[in-house]
Amino acid sequence: MAFAAFGSSTPTTKGQTKSGRVVLALLLPGLIYLVLFFVIPLVSLVLTSLEAPAASGRIGEYVPGFDFGNYAYVVTKYWPQIARSFGFAFIATIIALLISYPLAYFIGVKARPWPMLQRMLVTLVIAPFFISFLLRTIAWKQLLADHSPIIEWAHQVGFLSPSQSFIGSNAAVVFGLVYNFIPFMTLPLYTSLERLDTRYLEAGSDLYASPSKVFRKITLPLSMPGIISGTLLTFIPIAGDYVNASRDFLGSSNTSMIGTMVDADFLQNRNYPAASAMSVVLMGIILILVTWYVRKSGTEDLL
Amino acid sequence: MKALSHLWSGIKRGSLPVYSLIAVVFLLTPIFYTIIFSFNKSLRRNTVWNSFTLDNWTNICARQDLCSAVGNSLMISLISTLIATALGTALAIALVRYRFKLRSTVNFALFLPMATPEIVMGAGLASLFFNAGVGPGFVPTVIAHVMFCLSFVVVTVKARVQTLDPALEEAGRDLYANPSQVFWKITFPLLLPGVLSAALLSFALSFDDFIITYFNSGSVNTFPKFIYVAAKGGVPAQANVIASSVFLLAILIVLATQISSHFKRKRLQHIK
Repeated sequence: MAFAAFGSSTPTTKGQTKSGRVVLALLLPGLIYLVLFFVIPLVSLVLTSLEAPAASGRIGEYVPGFDFGNYAYVVTKYWPQIARSFGFAFIATIIALLISYPLAYFIGVKARPWPMLQRMLVTLVIAPFFISFLLRTIAWKQLLADHSPIIEWAHQVGFLSPSQSFIGSNAAVVFGLVYNFIPFMTLPLYTSLERLDTRYLEAGSDLYASPSKVFRKITLPLSMPGIISGTLLTFIPIAGDYVNASRDFLGSSNTSMIGTMVDADFLQNRNYPAASAMSVVLMGIILILVTWYVRKSGTEDLL
Repeated sequence: MKALSHLWSGIKRGSLPVYSLIAVVFLLTPIFYTIIFSFNKSLRRNTVWNSFTLDNWTNICARQDLCSAVGNSLMISLISTLIATALGTALAIALVRYRFKLRSTVNFALFLPMATPEIVMGAGLASLFFNAGVGPGFVPTVIAHVMFCLSFVVVTVKARVQTLDPALEEAGRDLYANPSQVFWKITFPLLLPGVLSAALLSFALSFDDFIITYFNSGSVNTFPKFIYVAAKGGVPAQANVIASSVFLLAILIVLATQISSHFKRKRLQHIK
C-alpha cells in the first residue's frame, strides 16, 4: 500500500494523505494559473469598467472609482452594436445547426459501416482549423467580391439586384460567421450522434412511427446534448467575434459588432473604462442567456 | 410538418451522401483557394489570378516582416503549448483519477474559459497587465495563450484518461514498481496519444489566434496579426505559402496517426 500514490485512492489513512498530496501537486499549478490569468483579469475588467477619468484630463488616464456612468455610456452609444452582435450570433447559430445536423448525422450514423470513411470525414470537417482563420475569411472575400463568378451569377439569377455588392452586407458577415464556426457545431453533434443506438430507430419504425416521428421523438432528443454544446460553442465565440464584421474582411462600417467597439476603445481611443464596460456587458448577457438556455433544456449536468 | 417529413425522408434515402459531399466541399473551398493562390504570380495584391509560379514557395522570406512574424508565432505557440500541455495533463489526471471535494467546482471553473469570448479574455488580460504596469509584449502573449489553451488540453486529455484501465497500474504496483516508475512506464505511455493530440490542438489554437494576441502583444508581430494588418492593402502570396504548409503538415500528422491507429486496431482484432 505504500505505492498507492497513483491510481485509485486507498482507504488506509497513509494512502489517503499520500494521494491527497499527489492531487494537490497535480491540481495546484493549473488552478493557480487559472486564478491568476482568468479570474483576476475578469475582476480587473470589472474594476476598470468602474474607473473615472483622472483629474489631469489626459487621454488614457483614469483613477479607480465607482463610475457606473461608463455602462450608461456604452449602452446608449453602442446599443446597435450590442443588438447586431447577438442578432448575428442568433441567426448564424441556427443556420450553422441546420447545415451541420444532416452532415453530422451522415458521418455519425450512416457512415458507421465504413470506419475509415468516417474518420476521413471527421478530418475534413476539422481541416479548416489547420489553416489560418483570417486567410480563410479573406478567401471568401475574394470569392464573393464584385465581378467574381459567384456574384456575377447571383446578379444574373436575380439573387442580388444589379449594382448590389454582397461583401459589406449583414448577410456577408453572417455567411462568414456560419462558415467559420460550422466545425464547432458539427463536431459535438457528430460525437452525440455517433453514440446513437440505431436499434431505437428500428424499434420506432417497427411500431409504425413515420420517419419524421422517429426523428422528432428519438433521434432529436437523443442528440440533444450535442445540440446544446454545439450551439453554445458557436453562439458564444460568434457574439464576441469582430473579424468577419471588419470592413477589411466581410463587413463594412455598418456591420460593426461589440468586439469592434472594444478594440477601438481599448487600443485606439484608450478609453479603457468604456472598453471594459462593453466587455462586461457582453460577458453578462452571454452568462444570462447561457444559464437560461441550459436550465431550459434541462442538461445542467452537461457542464 | 408534412413537407418537413417528406424532406427528411428524401434526405435520408439518397441525397444525404450528396449533401454531405457538398457540405465538405463548402468547408474546403477557402482552403483550396488559399493553396492555389500560393502559386499565383502576383505583384502586391494577391487577389486576381495572373500565372502559375513557384517563386512564392522558394522565396518565402521575400517579405522579411512576414518571416519574422511567423518566427514569433512559432516561438509563442511552441512555448505556450508546452506549458499548457503540462499543466492541463496534470489537471486532467487529477480530475478523472481522484475523488476530492470541489471536484465539480474545478470542472466548472475549467469549462468557463471556453465559454468566455476571446475579446473578453483578451481585454481582461490586457487590463490586468495595464493595471499592473506591465506593457504588452512577448511574455504577456505567451501567458494569454497558455490560458486559453489550458481548458482545451484538459478536455482532450480527460477523455483519454477515462479510457485507461486502472488495473494496468495496479499490476505495475503489484510487481513492486514505485510510483514514478508506474507513472513513466505505464500511465504516461498510455496517455501519450491523448497528450499529443491535446498538444497539436493547443498549437493550432495558439498559432491561429488573433483577437487575444492583438490585445496583449503590443509591438510583437505574429502571423495572424500580419495578415490582419495586410488585409487592408493586400496580403502577399507568401502568407498563403506559410498557411498552406502549416495546413499540409497538420493534415499529414492527423492522417498518419489515423492510419497507424487503424492498423493497430486491425492487428489487435487478429490477436483476439
